[in-house]
Amino acid sequence: MAVITINDKDVQLAESERLNLIQAAQRAGYEVPHYCWHPALTVVASCRMCLVEVGEKKPDGTVAMQPRVVPACQTPARPGMVVRTNSEKAKAAQAATLEYLLLNHPLDCPVCDQAGECYLQDYSYKFGRGYSRFKEDKIIRPDKDYIGENIALFTDRCVMCSRCVRFTREISGTAELQIIHRGAHAEIDVFPGQPCNNKLAGNVVDLCPVGALCSKDFLYKQRVWFLKSTSSVCPRCSTGCSITIDHHKDIVYRLRPRANPQAQGWFMCDEGRFGYKYINAADRLISPMVRHDKHTLYVGWEEVLPVLRRQVRQAVTEAPESAWLVLSPWLTCEEAYLAVRWFRSLSPQTRLASGPVPVVGEDDRYPKDVHGNPPPLDKTLFTIRAEKCPNRLGVEAILKHYQGTIHSFDAVLEAARRGEVRVLYLTGGYPEPGWTSEHCTALEGVGTLIVQDILPSPLTSVAKYILPGAAFAEKDGTFVNHAGLAQAIHRAVQPPGEARSDARIFVDLLERRGLPHAPALRAELASEIPCFAPLNAGQIGPLGVFLNGEGKP
Amino acid sequence: MSFEPVLLRNRGVPDVQRLEVYQQRGGYRALEKALRMSPAEVVQVVKDSGLRGRGGAGFPCGVKWTFLPKDHSGPIYLCVNADESEPGTFNNRILMEEDPHQVLEGITISAYATRATTAYIYLRYEYGRCYRTMQRAVDEAYAAGLLGRNILGRSDFHLDVYLHRGAGAYICGEETGLIESLEGKRAWPRIKPPFPAVEGAFRKPTIVNNVETLACVTHILDRGADWFKSIGVPPDPNNPRDLGSYGPKLYCISGHVNNPCCVELPLGVTARQLIEEHGGGVWKGRKAKAVVPGGISMGFLSESELDTPLDFIGPTKVGCLGLGTAAVIVIDDQTSMVDVLYNSCRFFRHESCGQCTPCREGTEWMTKILARIRRGQGELSDLDQLLEIANGIGITPGTTICGLADGAAWPVKNALTKFRAEFEEYIRHHGRHHDQR
Ligand SMILES: Cc1cc2nc3c(=O)[nH]c(=O)nc-3n(C[C@H](O)[C@H](O)[C@H](O)COP(=O)(O)O)c2cc1C
Ligand code: SF4
Ligand code: SF4
Ligand code: SF4
Ligand code: FES
Repeated sequence: MAVITINDKDVQLAESERLNLIQAAQRAGYEVPHYCWHPALTVVASCRMCLVEVGEKKPDGTVAMQPRVVPACQTPARPGMVVRTNSEKAKAAQAATLEYLLLNHPLDCPVCDQAGECYLQDYSYKFGRGYSRFKEDKIIRPDKDYIGENIALFTDRCVMCSRCVRFTREISGTAELQIIHRGAHAEIDVFPGQPCNNKLAGNVVDLCPVGALCSKDFLYKQRVWFLKSTSSVCPRCSTGCSITIDHHKDIVYRLRPRANPQAQGWFMCDEGRFGYKYINAADRLISPMVRHDKHTLYVGWEEVLPVLRRQVRQAVTEAPESAWLVLSPWLTCEEAYLAVRWFRSLSPQTRLASGPVPVVGEDDRYPKDVHGNPPPLDKTLFTIRAEKCPNRLGVEAILKHYQGTIHSFDAVLEAARRGEVRVLYLTGGYPEPGWTSEHCTALEGVGTLIVQDILPSPLTSVAKYILPGAAFAEKDGTFVNHAGLAQAIHRAVQPPGEARSDARIFVDLLERRGLPHAPALRAELASEIPCFAPLNAGQIGPLGVFLNGEGKP
Repeated sequence: MSFEPVLLRNRGVPDVQRLEVYQQRGGYRALEKALRMSPAEVVQVVKDSGLRGRGGAGFPCGVKWTFLPKDHSGPIYLCVNADESEPGTFNNRILMEEDPHQVLEGITISAYATRATTAYIYLRYEYGRCYRTMQRAVDEAYAAGLLGRNILGRSDFHLDVYLHRGAGAYICGEETGLIESLEGKRAWPRIKPPFPAVEGAFRKPTIVNNVETLACVTHILDRGADWFKSIGVPPDPNNPRDLGSYGPKLYCISGHVNNPCCVELPLGVTARQLIEEHGGGVWKGRKAKAVVPGGISMGFLSESELDTPLDFIGPTKVGCLGLGTAAVIVIDDQTSMVDVLYNSCRFFRHESCGQCTPCREGTEWMTKILARIRRGQGELSDLDQLLEIANGIGITPGTTICGLADGAAWPVKNALTKFRAEFEEYIRHHGRHHDQR
C-alpha cells in the first residue's frame, strides 16, 4: 500500500494501481476539472483544465511543492506525492483556462442542446470566475451539419479537446474527424465528402464535453433536465452494451452507453443507439385481440386470459405433444422461465422451442485499420455482434434445463407443416417483425395460434389471440449476453395502451397473485435452475454478474 | 578583439560547397578522427566540451545524447533541426548554404556517437537554396562513401541522410512538433515524458539537434574539448545552475542597423559590441530603443541593458527569457513599442498550434487587445490585463505543452515592464486624439 496526499486527505493506492492525479483525487473526493482526458483515449494533456500543484513529502515531514503547475491527467500518482487541487495557484490556473475557453465561446446556452449536462457550464460554475473581461469581438465560425448523418457540429462551442478526433482514430479506427486551421482558428472538420458515418460515430456526441457535437436525432427534442435516466441494456445485439435510457413522460428520447468493463467498455454502436425508435412506434400493439373469423375484437385482459387458458389447457389435455411454446430471444430470463413454468404445468409433454435468432453478417470488430479491415482479436476494442438479439443464451439455458434439447424454430415450422401443431404460443418482441408471410403459410394448419408481440406482422393478422407485450425499455428483468454476463434491465417507460410486460402476462396465466417482481423472480430462477445460481441475491449490480463464474469481458 | 572564425571559416571560399574543396581545407578529418574512437568516447568528448544546444534552449548536447537507452536494438534516429523560424534568425541558413559539408560532417559524427542509422534534416520549407546545396552535398557524400553503408570502410557504421522539407510553420521547429510533422502529422508538440531520446520519431529513440550545434561537433572532434572550452564564458561559480557558455556562436544582427549580418564570435559579447562593431551602428544616426537578445521570443533589452553579455545566462539577469538563438534585432528610438509588441503578438497568435487552451486563446486575446490599443481604444487597465495573460500562459511554468507560449509571453512581460511609460502615454494620447476626431 502506498499513500498519496491529496489536499489534506491521504489516499491509499495498491501497488499495482496506476492512477493519474484526476483519478487519485476522485478517490479522495475531490473533483479535478478536465476536458481532453478520457479513460478510454490516449492522454494528450492539451486542454490544461486539470492543472494542479504537486510536491513531495520529505523524510523530515516537511512538504516541498514544485514551482510549476502540472496537468493532473498526465501526472501519475506516486507514493509520497502531495497534490493540491484547490490551492490558490491551482485554482487560479483552472479559472484562467476556463476564462480562455469562454473568450470565443458563443455562450448560447439557452438554445444549446448540451445545456444542463455541459462541462463548460458546470466547471464555469464550480471553478470559473463568473464574469468575462473580454472586450474584443469573438471569432465566429460556421456550423457544420455535414459532419455526419447523425451528427451536427456547432463549431463555435468547441473547446478543442480533440476527444472526438482521437475516438475516430483510436477506437473506430476510421479517422474521419480532423482539425483544420491553426491556433484560435482551429476547427473540427471531416475530409471533404467523407462524413463521419461509421457505425460507432454517435459516441463522439457523448464524448464531446460541450454542445459542439450534437446528435441530430435528439437535437431540440428535450431539455435534458426534464429527462429521467434508467439503467438498462441495449438489446440490439448479443454484446449487450450497458446503457442509460433517457426518457420523459413515457417517451424514450435517447440511449447513451453506460461504462461497463464487464460488458462493452465505454461505448455503444449506432445501431443500438438509434435503434430504440420502435418503442415509440405509432403502430405498436396496444390491446389484446381475439379473432372471430375475419374480424378481430379488442378485448380486455381479464376477458381474454381465462378463455385462452381454458382453450390451451383443453388442447394440451387432448394431445400434449402437439402444444408448442416458442420462446423469443428477446424475452428476459424471468419471462422465459415463467412461460415455461406455465406451459409445463399443463403437461410435462408439451414442446418448447426457441424463436428465430436473427444473425446479420459477421461480427464487426473495431478499431479498423486504414483499409477498413478489422483488428486481430486481442487488439479488438469494440465488437458489434452479428447475433441481433439480447438474450439467446439466457433463453436457451432455460430451454435446456426443462427439455434437455432445444428445438429450433424451423422444427416448429416443420411440425406445423405436418399438421402436428394444435396449439402454438409464440412470443416475439423483435423490433423488425421477425415473422414473414412464409411463416404464415407454414403455420396455416395450426389449430390455435397465440401471438404475443409488440408490433403488427403477418402473423398478427391470422392469429387467434394477439397479446400485446412490452419492449425492453418497458420491463424489468435479466438479459444474458454473448459472454454469459447477466445484466439487469429496468423499466423506464410504461408499455403503450393496454400492453403489458410479458412477465405479467405469464404471472396471470400461472394464476400467481400480484405483480411480477424482478428480484424475487430472479432469486426463484436461481434456486430452480443451477446455472442461474449466481443470481441468487435477486439483485444484480450495475455491472452485471457472470453466470459462468469468471467469464470473459 | 579579433576572433578567427571557425564555423564560418569557409565562408566565401569559392566552391567550398563541393566535397573536393571542403576536403582540401581539412574537411572530414574530424570524422576520421571520430571513427578511430568508440561512440562512447565521442559522446564523452562532446560532453567534456560543454557544448550547449544552439537551437534555443541551450541544453547540454552531450548530456542529451546520454539519455538514449543503452543497448537499444534500434533504429535510433537523428533529427537535424533546420526549421529555423525564430524571427531574426538566419545562421542555420548561412551554415547550410555556405558550408554544407561542415554540417554534414557534424551530422555523421553525431550519428556515429549516438548510434543513429538514419538522420533526417528537417529543413524549413522556404529554404530552397539550402535544400539544393544540402542535397548536392548529401549526394556527393554518398558517392564518396562518406554516407550510406560501411562509411569510410567501417563495416559497423552505416548512415542514411534524408532531407525533409518542413511543413511551413514555426511550431515545426519545436522538437516534438518536428517529429510529428516528420511522421506526416500536424505539428502538435507532444507531451513529455517520454522525451524524444527515449521515444521519438516513429516511437524510436531520437536525438534532435540544431544545425549549428552539429556544426560545432565537427570542430570539437577536430580540435578537442579543451579548445572549445577555451572560447566563451565559464560558469559563474556562485551560480550552481550556470552550466557555462563555451564555444563560438553565430550572432545574427538585424533590424535597424546599418549592416545587418551574421558574425561568429565567442559567446559572451555584449549587444552593444554587436551593434557598434559588427552591425555598423543603429541606422540613420538614431539610437537604439530596445534590442531583442536572441529571437523575438526572448523578450527585450532596453538601451541601458545593452552591455549585458549575450551568453546563456546574461539575458536572464535582466529579465529576458534567455539567449535563445542569439538573433539580435535592433529597434530604433523612432519606433513605437506598441507596434513592436503588436507585431510580436501577431506572430505568436498566427503560429500557435492551438492545442493548449492558454496558448491558443491567450495569444489571440493579447493580439486583439493590442490591436484595440492601436486603434485608439485602449484603456490603462488593458496593460495589467496583458500582463496577467502573459503571466498565465507563459511565465507561470507548466501551463502549456511547449515553449511557444513562453515565447509569446516574455516579450509582453518585458515590453510592459521596461517600456510601460510609453504604453501608458500611447493609450492616453492616442485615446484623446481619437476622441477629438
Ligand atoms: C516554439 C519553438 C520553436 C522552435 N524552433 C526551433 C527551430 O526552428 N530550430 C531549432 O533548432 N530549434 C527550435 N526550437 C528548439 C527545439 O525544440 C529544440 O530544443 C532544439 O532543436 C534542440 O536542439 P539543440 O539542443 O541542438 O539546441 C524551438 C522550440 C520551440 C519551443
Ligand atoms: S456548450 Fe455549454 S456553455 Fe456552451 S452554449 Fe452550450 S451549454 Fe452553454
Ligand atoms: S467537437 Fe467536442 S469533442 Fe471534438 S474537439 Fe470540440 S469540444 Fe472536443
Ligand atoms: S504551447 Fe502553444 S504552440 Fe505549444 S503545444 Fe501548446 S498550443 Fe501548441
Ligand atoms: S484533462 Fe488534463 S490537460 Fe486536458
